[in-house]
Amino acid sequence: MNRIIKIIFLDILKNKIVLGYTLILALLSWSSFGLEDNSAKGLLTILNVILFTVPLVSILFATIYLYNSSEFIELLLSQPIKRKKIWLSLFLGLSLSMVAAFFIGAGIPLLINAPDSVGLMMVIVGCLISLVFVALAFLSSILTRDKAKGIGISIMSWLFFALLFDGLVLFLLFQFSDYPIEKAMVAVTALSPIDLARIQILLQLDVSAMMGYTGAIFKDFFGTAIGLSVSFLLLCLWVIIPFWVSLEKFKNKDL
Amino acid sequence: MIEIKNIFKKFGKLEVLNDVNLTFSKGECIALIGPNGCGKTTLIKSILGMVIPTKGDILFDKKSILNKYKYRDQIGYMPQIGRYPDYMTVGQIIEMIKKIRNSDEVLDEDLIKAFELEKIFDKQMRTLSGGTTQKVSAILAFLFNPQVLILDEPTAGLDPLASEILKEKIIKEREKGKLILITSHLLSELDDMISQIIFMQDGKVHFHKSISDLLESTNEQKISKAIAKILKSESHEQNH
Repeated sequence: MNRIIKIIFLDILKNKIVLGYTLILALLSWSSFGLEDNSAKGLLTILNVILFTVPLVSILFATIYLYNSSEFIELLLSQPIKRKKIWLSLFLGLSLSMVAAFFIGAGIPLLINAPDSVGLMMVIVGCLISLVFVALAFLSSILTRDKAKGIGISIMSWLFFALLFDGLVLFLLFQFSDYPIEKAMVAVTALSPIDLARIQILLQLDVSAMMGYTGAIFKDFFGTAIGLSVSFLLLCLWVIIPFWVSLEKFKNKDL
Repeated sequence: MIEIKNIFKKFGKLEVLNDVNLTFSKGECIALIGPNGCGKTTLIKSILGMVIPTKGDILFDKKSILNKYKYRDQIGYMPQIGRYPDYMTVGQIIEMIKKIRNSDEVLDEDLIKAFELEKIFDKQMRTLSGGTTQKVSAILAFLFNPQVLILDEPTAGLDPLASEILKEKIIKEREKGKLILITSHLLSELDDMISQIIFMQDGKVHFHKSISDLLESTNEQKISKAIAKILKSESHEQNH
């Protein structure tokens, strides 16, 4: 397995896109800390990067990479290698490079400029979000053979989680504002990895009112240690379930 | 060595393989022929585990291959259209497959020398012509000295010189007692290579005969003529 991961990892490193992504993340992070002497404002800028840019780049890059390596997958399949191993190596290679890009680009400035629980939380959540969207990319690329369709599904799922979902939650809150739906709303956030990430960071930042409406509402619910570990667990499930579904599909795919 | 038992394969509504039963044994060189879209490549890909049959089983050395992968150690496969990562060079591809296989067997680099491929080791795959890509595919199929060789249209796209080299190599491997499966449309090319012939049509095996049987029963000298005779007599029967 290591041999294949190494081949994939080196292949991605050769790709200039990941390098550019790292540089842009680094530029954004360093400048947002450099412009303000208040590190909290810098953190908020980076929070937006984590919630929008990181998912978009992770899911798009991973989807396109998977479609472009269809030849490579075909070549490997005629060799004595387990299907599971091929798919897992691709996943590990891609997530390793996306997490590395995030860590080098945004993680290091975060840990240097905000060396407290907030900074650490952001690094962890950012890495997890990268993994979630790489896993979603695997799912969308296995759903269809058509490259354009697959990339379309990826963009739509990013759009849904990054923008539409918050709008839907807001809509529900206004429509049902006469009813006691706060507890139900907590369960609803579990349906979006980006919202889970946002809540975790906002709870640390104490500026919940500035961000999306979902963030403001749930401070009371996720404030506890149990709430925090549950939301971490949910994020991990967001990595495992999409990838597992794609793996099961890949095992039975005809090439 | 390979047994195919009641294989069915459907792509959506399209039935590509319909109750195929075949047995291939060691030391044979078997040609798989038939019109376009009759399921030859699907059958080959099923043996390789790239296509998963809807029903039925395939045995390799008496063991089922479904959900297995280790048996592919014993198979060298040359695809009809080799698809390789565009930005890797010829040398890198060969190195990579060597690393992935990690085999202790003595490598068979005859074809690299015969095709003079060292000269283009640093060329990227996307710059290669179709024929040169076929050469790379052929080299990879033979490289690990596999017991079974599966060649899908091996000479299509190769120049006469290269296809002659490949044919000689195939005959040499057959004499070593390997099982060789070839699909081809060029019947004239098969004459001096093969020992058995399988004719497929509409996802079914039409007949599976040894060459001597085939020539004897039709009183012909050439395989192409014998096949043509069989098909003609059949369409004749259908018309009446």
